[in-house]
Amino acid sequence: MTAAQPLPTLEITALEKRFGETQVLRSIDLKVQNGELVFVIGPSGSGKSTMLRCCNRLEEPTSGAIHVNGKPMLGIPRKELDRMRLQVGMVFQGFFLYPHLSALKNVTLAQRKALGRSKAEAEARALEMLDKVGLKHKADAMPSELSGGQQQRVAIARALALDPKVMLFDEPTSALDPELVGSVLKVMRDLRELGMTMIVVSHEMHFAREAADRVVFMDGGVIVEEGPPEEIFGNPKSDRLKAFLSRVSGEAA
Amino acid sequence: MENFIDAFFNIDIMRQATPLLLKGAWVTLQLCAVVIFLGLFGGLGLALLASSKSALLRLPSFLFIDIFRAIPPLILLILIYAGLPFVGVRVPPFVAVCIAFLLNNSAYFAEIFRSGIKAIPKGQMEAARATGLSPAQAQAWVILPQAVRNVLPDLLSNVVEIVKLTSIASVVSLSELLYSANMARAVTYNSSPLVMAAGLYLLLLWPLVRVISRFQRGLSISH
Repeated sequence: MTAAQPLPTLEITALEKRFGETQVLRSIDLKVQNGELVFVIGPSGSGKSTMLRCCNRLEEPTSGAIHVNGKPMLGIPRKELDRMRLQVGMVFQGFFLYPHLSALKNVTLAQRKALGRSKAEAEARALEMLDKVGLKHKADAMPSELSGGQQQRVAIARALALDPKVMLFDEPTSALDPELVGSVLKVMRDLRELGMTMIVVSHEMHFAREAADRVVFMDGGVIVEEGPPEEIFGNPKSDRLKAFLSRVSGEAA
Repeated sequence: MENFIDAFFNIDIMRQATPLLLKGAWVTLQLCAVVIFLGLFGGLGLALLASSKSALLRLPSFLFIDIFRAIPPLILLILIYAGLPFVGVRVPPFVAVCIAFLLNNSAYFAEIFRSGIKAIPKGQMEAARATGLSPAQAQAWVILPQAVRNVLPDLLSNVVEIVKLTSIASVVSLSELLYSANMARAVTYNSSPLVMAAGLYLLLLWPLVRVISRFQRGLSISH
Protein backbone atom coordinates (compact mmCIF):
# COMPACT_ATOMS: atom_id res chain seq x y z
CA MET A 1 0.00 0.00 0.00
CA THR A 2 1.45 3.32 -1.04
CA ALA A 3 1.22 6.24 1.32
CA ALA A 4 -1.13 8.91 0.07
CA GLN A 5 0.64 12.11 -0.83
CA PRO A 6 0.31 14.45 2.12
CA LEU A 7 -2.11 17.33 1.69
CA PRO A 8 -0.13 20.43 0.68
CA THR A 9 -0.33 23.29 3.17
CA LEU A 10 -0.74 25.66 0.26
CA GLU A 11 -1.68 24.65 -3.24
CA ILE A 12 -1.87 27.01 -6.20
CA THR A 13 -3.53 25.56 -9.29
CA ALA A 14 -3.63 27.14 -12.75
CA LEU A 15 -3.57 30.60 -11.26
CA GLU A 16 -4.07 33.46 -13.72
CA LYS A 17 -4.13 37.16 -13.05
CA ARG A 18 -4.82 39.91 -15.53
CA PHE A 19 -4.81 43.63 -14.84
CA GLY A 20 -6.91 44.83 -17.75
CA GLU A 21 -5.03 43.82 -20.85
CA THR A 22 -1.84 42.91 -19.01
CA GLN A 23 -1.42 39.28 -18.11
CA VAL A 24 0.61 39.28 -14.90
CA LEU A 25 0.34 35.60 -14.02
CA ARG A 26 -0.23 32.74 -16.46
CA SER A 27 -1.03 29.29 -15.29
CA ILE A 28 0.91 29.15 -12.05
CA ASP A 29 1.01 25.78 -10.28
CA LEU A 30 2.76 25.48 -6.95
CA LYS A 31 2.48 23.12 -4.00
CA VAL A 32 4.00 23.97 -0.65
CA GLN A 33 4.24 21.17 1.88
CA ASN A 34 4.00 21.51 5.62
CA GLY A 35 7.20 22.95 7.12
CA GLU A 36 8.66 23.85 3.76
CA LEU A 37 10.38 27.15 3.06
CA VAL A 38 9.85 28.08 -0.56
CA PHE A 39 11.81 31.00 -1.89
CA VAL A 40 10.50 32.91 -4.90
CA ILE A 41 13.00 34.84 -6.97
CA GLY A 42 12.77 36.65 -10.26
CA PRO A 43 13.17 40.05 -11.89
CA SER A 44 10.85 42.85 -10.85
CA GLY A 45 7.56 42.66 -12.70
CA SER A 46 7.81 38.90 -12.95
CA GLY A 47 4.63 38.48 -10.91
CA LYS A 48 6.18 37.17 -7.67
CA SER A 49 4.43 39.63 -5.38
CA THR A 50 1.17 39.35 -7.28
CA MET A 51 1.25 35.58 -6.86
CA LEU A 52 1.85 35.99 -3.14
CA ARG A 53 -0.94 38.55 -2.84
CA CYS A 54 -3.31 36.23 -4.66
CA CYS A 55 -2.71 33.58 -2.00
CA ASN A 56 -4.65 35.58 0.63
CA ARG A 57 -6.69 37.43 -1.98
CA LEU A 58 -5.33 40.90 -1.46
CA GLU A 59 -5.27 40.53 -5.22
CA GLU A 60 -8.28 38.87 -6.79
CA PRO A 61 -7.14 36.08 -9.14
CA THR A 62 -8.68 36.11 -12.60
CA SER A 63 -8.95 32.32 -12.60
CA GLY A 64 -7.46 29.24 -11.03
CA ALA A 65 -7.66 27.82 -7.53
CA ILE A 66 -5.87 28.27 -4.21
CA HIS A 67 -6.23 25.82 -1.34
CA VAL A 68 -4.92 26.08 2.20
CA ASN A 69 -4.84 22.69 3.88
CA GLY A 70 -7.26 21.49 1.25
CA LYS A 71 -9.77 24.28 1.84
CA PRO A 72 -10.51 26.70 -1.01
CA MET A 73 -9.58 30.38 -0.75
CA LEU A 74 -11.58 31.33 -3.83
CA GLY A 75 -15.32 31.34 -4.38
CA ILE A 76 -16.14 31.52 -0.68
CA PRO A 77 -18.31 34.05 1.15
CA ARG A 78 -16.53 37.03 2.69
CA LYS A 79 -16.90 35.80 6.27
CA GLU A 80 -15.34 32.51 5.32
CA LEU A 81 -12.53 34.39 3.56
CA ASP A 82 -11.87 36.37 6.77
CA ARG A 83 -11.57 33.07 8.65
CA MET A 84 -9.30 31.57 6.01
CA ARG A 85 -7.07 34.63 6.11
CA LEU A 86 -6.33 33.88 9.74
CA GLN A 87 -4.50 30.81 8.50
CA VAL A 88 -2.38 32.77 6.04
CA GLY A 89 -0.06 35.23 7.74
CA MET A 90 1.39 38.01 5.65
CA VAL A 91 4.42 40.24 6.10
CA PHE A 92 4.72 43.28 3.85
CA GLN A 93 7.64 45.16 2.44
CA GLY A 94 6.31 48.35 4.05
CA PHE A 95 5.60 46.72 7.49
CA PHE A 96 2.23 48.51 7.81
CA LEU A 97 2.10 48.47 11.56
CA TYR A 98 -0.85 50.47 12.85
CA PRO A 99 0.85 53.74 13.83
CA HIS A 100 -1.77 54.70 16.42
CA LEU A 101 -1.34 51.50 18.43
CA SER A 102 1.52 50.26 20.59
CA ALA A 103 3.52 47.21 19.50
CA LEU A 104 1.49 45.09 21.91
CA LYS A 105 -1.86 46.40 20.63
CA ASN A 106 -0.72 45.84 17.06
CA VAL A 107 -0.33 42.19 17.93
CA THR A 108 -3.51 41.84 19.99
CA LEU A 109 -5.98 43.63 17.68
CA ALA A 110 -6.82 40.83 15.25
CA GLN A 111 -6.53 38.22 17.98
CA ARG A 112 -9.30 39.98 19.83
CA LYS A 113 -11.52 41.14 16.96
CA ALA A 114 -11.05 38.35 14.44
CA LEU A 115 -10.23 35.37 16.66
CA GLY A 116 -12.33 36.50 19.62
CA ARG A 117 -9.63 35.85 22.19
CA SER A 118 -9.96 37.47 25.60
CA LYS A 119 -7.79 40.44 26.44
CA ALA A 120 -5.63 38.46 28.83
CA GLU A 121 -5.24 35.60 26.41
CA ALA A 122 -4.40 37.91 23.50
CA GLU A 123 -1.85 39.86 25.53
CA ALA A 124 -0.16 36.73 26.82
CA ARG A 125 0.08 35.41 23.29
CA ALA A 126 1.31 38.78 21.99
CA LEU A 127 4.06 38.95 24.59
CA GLU A 128 5.07 35.43 23.75
CA MET A 129 5.32 36.34 20.06
CA LEU A 130 7.13 39.61 20.73
CA ASP A 131 9.56 37.62 22.82
CA LYS A 132 10.05 35.25 19.91
CA VAL A 133 11.08 38.14 17.66
CA GLY A 134 13.24 39.61 20.42
CA LEU A 135 11.07 42.63 21.18
CA LYS A 136 9.25 41.82 24.38
CA HIS A 137 10.88 44.84 25.99
CA LYS A 138 9.33 47.07 23.29
CA ALA A 139 5.75 45.94 23.91
CA ASP A 140 4.62 49.42 24.96
CA ALA A 141 6.57 51.30 22.28
CA MET A 142 4.72 53.05 19.47
CA PRO A 143 5.74 52.05 15.94
CA SER A 144 7.27 55.50 15.36
CA GLU A 145 9.70 54.76 18.20
CA LEU A 146 10.93 51.56 16.55
CA SER A 147 13.55 51.07 13.84
CA GLY A 148 12.48 49.58 10.53
CA GLY A 149 13.86 46.20 11.49
CA GLN A 150 12.00 46.30 14.78
CA GLN A 151 8.78 47.34 13.08
CA GLN A 152 9.08 44.45 10.67
CA ARG A 153 9.64 42.03 13.54
CA VAL A 154 6.54 43.34 15.30
CA ALA A 155 4.67 42.84 12.02
CA ILE A 156 5.89 39.24 11.97
CA ALA A 157 4.72 38.80 15.56
CA ARG A 158 1.33 40.28 14.59
CA ALA A 159 0.90 37.63 11.91
CA LEU A 160 2.27 34.77 14.03
CA ALA A 161 -0.04 35.49 16.95
CA LEU A 162 -2.98 34.27 14.87
CA ASP A 163 -1.43 30.79 14.55
CA PRO A 164 -1.27 30.78 10.75
CA LYS A 165 -0.66 27.57 8.83
CA VAL A 166 1.52 29.37 6.32
CA MET A 167 3.39 32.67 6.32
CA LEU A 168 3.80 34.83 3.23
CA PHE A 169 6.74 37.22 3.16
CA ASP A 170 6.54 39.90 0.49
CA GLU A 171 10.05 41.36 0.19
CA PRO A 172 10.28 41.66 3.97
CA THR A 173 13.76 43.22 4.01
CA SER A 174 13.65 45.38 0.89
CA ALA A 175 12.71 48.54 2.75
CA LEU A 176 15.33 48.08 5.45
CA ASP A 177 18.74 49.65 5.89
CA PRO A 178 21.38 46.96 5.29
CA GLU A 179 22.42 46.76 8.94
CA LEU A 180 18.84 45.96 9.98
CA VAL A 181 18.24 43.15 7.50
CA GLY A 182 20.05 40.55 9.63
CA SER A 183 17.67 40.84 12.57
CA VAL A 184 14.66 40.10 10.37
CA LEU A 185 16.36 37.21 8.60
CA LYS A 186 17.28 35.77 11.97
CA VAL A 187 13.62 35.73 12.98
CA MET A 188 12.72 34.01 9.73
CA ARG A 189 15.47 31.46 10.30
CA ASP A 190 14.10 30.78 13.79
CA LEU A 191 10.65 30.30 12.34
CA ARG A 192 11.98 27.77 9.89
CA GLU A 193 13.62 25.89 12.76
CA LEU A 194 10.23 25.76 14.43
CA GLY A 195 8.73 24.19 11.31
CA MET A 196 6.68 27.13 10.03
CA THR A 197 5.59 26.79 6.41
CA MET A 198 6.80 29.86 4.54
CA ILE A 199 6.76 31.40 1.10
CA VAL A 200 9.30 34.17 0.76
CA VAL A 201 9.55 36.65 -2.08
CA SER A 202 12.91 38.31 -1.64
CA HIS A 203 16.16 39.38 -3.21
CA GLU A 204 18.26 38.02 -0.34
CA MET A 205 19.98 35.33 -2.41
CA HIS A 206 22.36 34.35 0.37
CA PHE A 207 19.42 33.66 2.61
CA ALA A 208 17.72 31.65 -0.13
CA ARG A 209 20.83 29.56 -0.67
CA GLU A 210 21.21 28.82 2.99
CA ALA A 211 17.65 28.50 4.27
CA ALA A 212 15.32 27.57 1.41
CA ASP A 213 14.08 24.03 0.85
CA ARG A 214 13.09 24.95 -2.65
CA VAL A 215 13.63 27.93 -4.90
CA VAL A 216 11.11 29.00 -7.50
CA PHE A 217 12.25 31.24 -10.32
CA MET A 218 9.54 33.34 -11.95
CA ASP A 219 9.78 35.45 -15.06
CA GLY A 220 7.07 36.97 -17.22
CA GLY A 221 4.27 35.63 -15.06
CA VAL A 222 5.27 31.98 -15.22
CA ILE A 223 7.35 29.65 -13.08
CA VAL A 224 10.36 29.06 -15.30
CA GLU A 225 12.33 26.75 -13.08
CA GLU A 226 12.15 25.35 -9.58
CA GLY A 227 14.29 23.10 -7.47
CA PRO A 228 16.52 22.87 -4.42
CA PRO A 229 18.74 25.92 -3.95
CA GLU A 230 21.95 24.13 -4.88
CA GLU A 231 20.36 23.19 -8.22
CA ILE A 232 18.88 26.61 -8.94
CA PHE A 233 21.99 28.54 -7.98
CA GLY A 234 24.61 25.94 -8.84
CA ASN A 235 23.21 24.43 -11.98
CA PRO A 236 20.60 26.69 -13.59
CA LYS A 237 19.07 25.15 -16.71
CA SER A 238 17.09 27.87 -18.46
CA ASP A 239 18.76 30.82 -20.14
CA ARG A 240 16.42 33.19 -18.39
CA LEU A 241 17.51 31.98 -14.95
CA LYS A 242 21.17 32.09 -15.96
CA ALA A 243 20.77 35.66 -17.18
CA PHE A 244 18.93 36.63 -14.01
CA LEU A 245 21.53 35.08 -11.71
CA SER A 246 24.44 36.69 -13.49
CA ARG A 247 22.63 40.04 -13.26
CA VAL A 248 22.00 39.63 -9.55
CA SER A 249 25.48 38.39 -8.69
CA GLY A 250 26.86 41.30 -10.71
CA GLU A 251 24.91 43.64 -8.44
CA ALA A 252 25.99 41.86 -5.30
CA ALA A 253 29.67 41.87 -6.19
CA MET B 1 -16.75 108.77 23.97
CA GLU B 2 -19.38 108.62 26.68
CA ASN B 3 -21.94 108.19 23.94
CA PHE B 4 -20.02 105.26 22.51
CA ILE B 5 -19.71 103.52 25.86
CA ASP B 6 -23.38 104.16 26.56
CA ALA B 7 -24.39 102.67 23.20
CA PHE B 8 -22.28 99.53 23.30
CA PHE B 9 -21.06 98.86 26.83
CA ASN B 10 -23.92 100.00 29.03
CA ILE B 11 -23.52 98.01 32.24
CA ASP B 12 -27.06 98.65 33.48
CA ILE B 13 -28.61 97.40 30.27
CA MET B 14 -26.32 94.40 30.21
CA ARG B 15 -27.38 93.54 33.74
CA GLN B 16 -31.04 93.81 32.75
CA ALA B 17 -30.46 91.66 29.68
CA THR B 18 -28.46 88.99 31.49
CA PRO B 19 -31.30 86.56 32.34
CA LEU B 20 -32.62 86.70 28.78
CA LEU B 21 -29.19 86.24 27.27
CA LEU B 22 -28.33 83.35 29.55
CA LYS B 23 -31.54 81.66 28.47
CA GLY B 24 -30.54 82.30 24.88
CA ALA B 25 -27.06 80.96 25.50
CA TRP B 26 -28.59 77.81 26.94
CA VAL B 27 -30.70 77.30 23.82
CA THR B 28 -27.60 77.90 21.68
CA LEU B 29 -25.70 75.27 23.66
CA GLN B 30 -28.50 72.74 23.26
CA LEU B 31 -28.75 73.53 19.58
CA CYS B 32 -24.99 73.15 19.15
CA ALA B 33 -24.97 69.81 20.96
CA VAL B 34 -27.70 68.42 18.73
CA VAL B 35 -26.50 69.75 15.37
CA ILE B 36 -22.83 68.87 16.00
CA PHE B 37 -23.82 65.36 17.01
CA LEU B 38 -26.04 64.98 13.94
CA GLY B 39 -23.43 66.51 11.65
CA LEU B 40 -20.60 64.32 12.93
CA PHE B 41 -22.52 61.09 12.52
CA GLY B 42 -24.14 62.12 9.25
CA GLY B 43 -20.76 63.19 7.97
CA LEU B 44 -19.05 60.01 9.06
CA GLY B 45 -21.69 57.86 7.39
CA LEU B 46 -21.52 59.95 4.27
CA ALA B 47 -17.72 59.80 4.22
CA LEU B 48 -17.79 56.00 4.49
CA LEU B 49 -20.25 55.84 1.60
CA ALA B 50 -18.12 58.26 -0.41
CA SER B 51 -15.06 56.07 0.24
CA SER B 52 -16.90 52.93 -0.82
CA LYS B 53 -15.74 50.77 -3.69
CA SER B 54 -19.23 50.68 -5.15
CA ALA B 55 -19.97 53.57 -7.53
CA LEU B 56 -23.66 53.13 -6.74
CA LEU B 57 -22.99 54.26 -3.16
CA ARG B 58 -20.16 56.63 -3.98
CA LEU B 59 -21.70 58.85 -6.64
CA PRO B 60 -24.89 59.85 -4.77
CA SER B 61 -22.83 60.69 -1.69
CA PHE B 62 -20.50 62.90 -3.73
CA LEU B 63 -23.51 64.60 -5.27
CA PHE B 64 -24.99 65.17 -1.81
CA ILE B 65 -21.73 66.54 -0.46
CA ASP B 66 -21.24 68.90 -3.40
CA ILE B 67 -24.80 70.21 -3.39
CA PHE B 68 -25.09 70.88 0.30
CA ARG B 69 -21.68 72.44 0.54
CA ALA B 70 -22.68 74.87 -2.18
CA ILE B 71 -26.15 75.89 -0.94
CA PRO B 72 -26.07 78.69 1.66
CA PRO B 73 -27.41 77.24 4.92
CA LEU B 74 -29.57 80.30 5.49
CA ILE B 75 -31.50 79.65 2.27
CA LEU B 76 -31.81 76.01 3.25
CA LEU B 77 -33.20 76.96 6.64
CA ILE B 78 -35.77 79.40 5.26
CA LEU B 79 -36.82 76.91 2.60
CA ILE B 80 -37.43 74.26 5.24
CA TYR B 81 -39.12 76.51 7.75
CA ALA B 82 -41.14 78.74 5.46
CA GLY B 83 -41.34 76.63 2.33
CA LEU B 84 -42.40 73.23 3.63
CA PRO B 85 -45.72 74.47 5.09
CA PHE B 86 -46.83 75.14 1.48
CA VAL B 87 -46.71 71.39 0.87
CA GLY B 88 -48.44 70.73 4.15
CA VAL B 89 -45.41 70.00 6.31
CA ARG B 90 -45.06 72.33 9.26
CA VAL B 91 -41.89 71.93 11.31
CA PRO B 92 -41.11 73.71 14.58
CA PRO B 93 -38.13 76.13 14.39
CA PHE B 94 -35.79 73.88 16.38
CA VAL B 95 -36.45 70.95 14.08
CA ALA B 96 -36.10 73.11 10.96
CA VAL B 97 -32.71 74.30 12.16
CA CYS B 98 -31.66 70.73 12.92
CA ILE B 99 -32.62 69.54 9.43
CA ALA B 100 -30.90 72.44 7.68
CA PHE B 101 -27.76 71.95 9.75
CA LEU B 102 -27.79 68.20 9.27
CA LEU B 103 -27.79 68.67 5.49
CA ASN B 104 -25.14 71.37 5.56
CA ASN B 105 -22.86 70.10 8.33
CA SER B 106 -22.82 66.48 7.35
CA ALA B 107 -21.64 67.53 3.89
CA TYR B 108 -18.80 69.51 5.44
CA PHE B 109 -17.89 66.89 8.02
CA ALA B 110 -18.05 64.20 5.33
CA GLU B 111 -15.51 66.04 3.24
CA ILE B 112 -13.17 66.32 6.24
CA PHE B 113 -13.56 62.66 7.23
CA ARG B 114 -13.16 61.58 3.61
CA SER B 115 -9.89 63.44 3.16
CA GLY B 116 -8.68 61.85 6.39
CA ILE B 117 -9.63 58.37 5.24
CA LYS B 118 -8.10 58.94 1.82
CA ALA B 119 -4.77 59.95 3.37
CA ILE B 120 -4.33 56.58 5.11
CA PRO B 121 -1.96 54.39 3.08
CA LYS B 122 -3.61 51.46 1.32
CA GLY B 123 -1.29 49.08 3.14
CA GLN B 124 -3.09 49.77 6.42
CA MET B 125 -6.33 48.32 5.09
CA GLU B 126 -4.47 45.43 3.48
CA ALA B 127 -2.60 44.61 6.67
CA ALA B 128 -5.84 44.68 8.61
CA ARG B 129 -7.74 42.52 6.14
CA ALA B 130 -4.79 40.11 5.88
CA THR B 131 -5.15 39.43 9.61
CA GLY B 132 -8.76 38.40 9.14
CA LEU B 133 -10.47 41.62 10.18
CA SER B 134 -13.72 42.30 8.31
CA PRO B 135 -13.99 45.51 6.26
CA ALA B 136 -16.07 47.11 9.02
CA GLN B 137 -13.63 46.06 11.75
CA ALA B 138 -10.69 47.36 9.72
CA GLN B 139 -12.45 50.71 9.30
CA ALA B 140 -13.41 50.93 12.95
CA TRP B 141 -10.12 49.91 14.54
CA VAL B 142 -7.44 50.72 12.00
CA ILE B 143 -8.52 53.32 9.44
CA LEU B 144 -10.89 55.67 11.28
CA PRO B 145 -8.81 56.17 14.44
CA GLN B 146 -5.91 57.29 12.29
CA ALA B 147 -8.09 59.32 9.94
CA VAL B 148 -9.83 61.15 12.79
CA ARG B 149 -6.55 61.91 14.50
CA ASN B 150 -5.15 63.36 11.31
CA VAL B 151 -8.12 65.64 10.68
CA LEU B 152 -8.90 66.57 14.28
CA PRO B 153 -7.90 70.23 13.81
CA ASP B 154 -10.20 70.47 10.78
CA LEU B 155 -13.05 68.81 12.66
CA LEU B 156 -12.66 71.24 15.54
CA SER B 157 -12.45 74.23 13.17
CA ASN B 158 -15.70 73.08 11.65
CA VAL B 159 -17.25 72.82 15.10
CA VAL B 160 -16.30 76.46 15.72
CA GLU B 161 -17.92 77.46 12.43
CA ILE B 162 -21.08 75.56 13.34
CA VAL B 163 -21.36 77.18 16.76
CA LYS B 164 -21.20 80.60 15.14
CA LEU B 165 -23.53 79.55 12.36
CA THR B 166 -26.26 78.54 14.83
CA SER B 167 -26.99 82.28 15.12
CA ILE B 168 -28.86 82.03 11.80
CA ALA B 169 -31.55 80.19 13.77
CA SER B 170 -32.66 83.67 14.88
CA VAL B 171 -34.34 84.19 11.50
CA VAL B 172 -36.87 81.48 12.30
CA SER B 173 -37.50 83.05 15.73
CA LEU B 174 -35.71 80.37 17.69
CA SER B 175 -34.81 82.13 20.92
CA GLU B 176 -31.13 81.34 20.86
CA LEU B 177 -28.37 83.72 21.84
CA LEU B 178 -28.51 86.17 18.91
CA TYR B 179 -32.30 86.23 18.84
CA SER B 180 -32.45 86.97 22.57
CA ALA B 181 -29.77 89.64 22.31
CA ASN B 182 -31.54 91.28 19.40
CA MET B 183 -34.79 91.23 21.35
CA ALA B 184 -33.06 92.95 24.23
CA ARG B 185 -31.58 95.48 21.83
CA ALA B 186 -34.98 96.25 20.35
CA VAL B 187 -36.57 96.68 23.76
CA THR B 188 -33.80 98.83 25.23
CA TYR B 189 -32.88 100.78 22.07
CA ASN B 190 -29.28 99.91 22.94
CA SER B 191 -26.65 97.67 21.31
CA SER B 192 -25.02 96.53 24.53
CA PRO B 193 -26.87 93.18 24.58
CA LEU B 194 -25.43 92.40 21.15
CA VAL B 195 -21.94 93.16 22.39
CA MET B 196 -22.66 90.92 25.32
CA ALA B 197 -23.79 88.13 23.00
CA ALA B 198 -20.60 88.47 20.99
CA GLY B 199 -18.69 88.28 24.28
CA LEU B 200 -20.49 85.07 25.20
CA TYR B 201 -19.60 83.52 21.85
CA LEU B 202 -16.03 84.58 22.40
CA LEU B 203 -16.02 83.06 25.87
CA LEU B 204 -17.40 79.82 24.50
CA LEU B 205 -15.12 79.53 21.51
CA TRP B 206 -11.83 80.97 22.64
CA PRO B 207 -10.63 77.82 24.42
CA LEU B 208 -11.54 75.75 21.37
CA VAL B 209 -9.72 78.10 19.02
CA ARG B 210 -6.64 77.89 21.24
CA VAL B 211 -6.74 74.10 21.20
CA ILE B 212 -6.94 74.11 17.41
CA SER B 213 -3.92 76.39 17.12
CA ARG B 214 -1.93 74.03 19.29
CA PHE B 215 -2.96 71.08 17.19
CA GLN B 216 -2.01 72.84 14.01
CA ARG B 217 1.45 73.46 15.38
CA GLY B 218 2.17 69.84 14.68
CA LEU B 219 0.32 66.96 16.18
CA SER B 220 -0.32 64.54 13.37
CA ILE B 221 0.60 60.92 13.04
CA SER B 222 3.50 60.14 10.78
CA HIS B 223 3.77 56.91 8.88
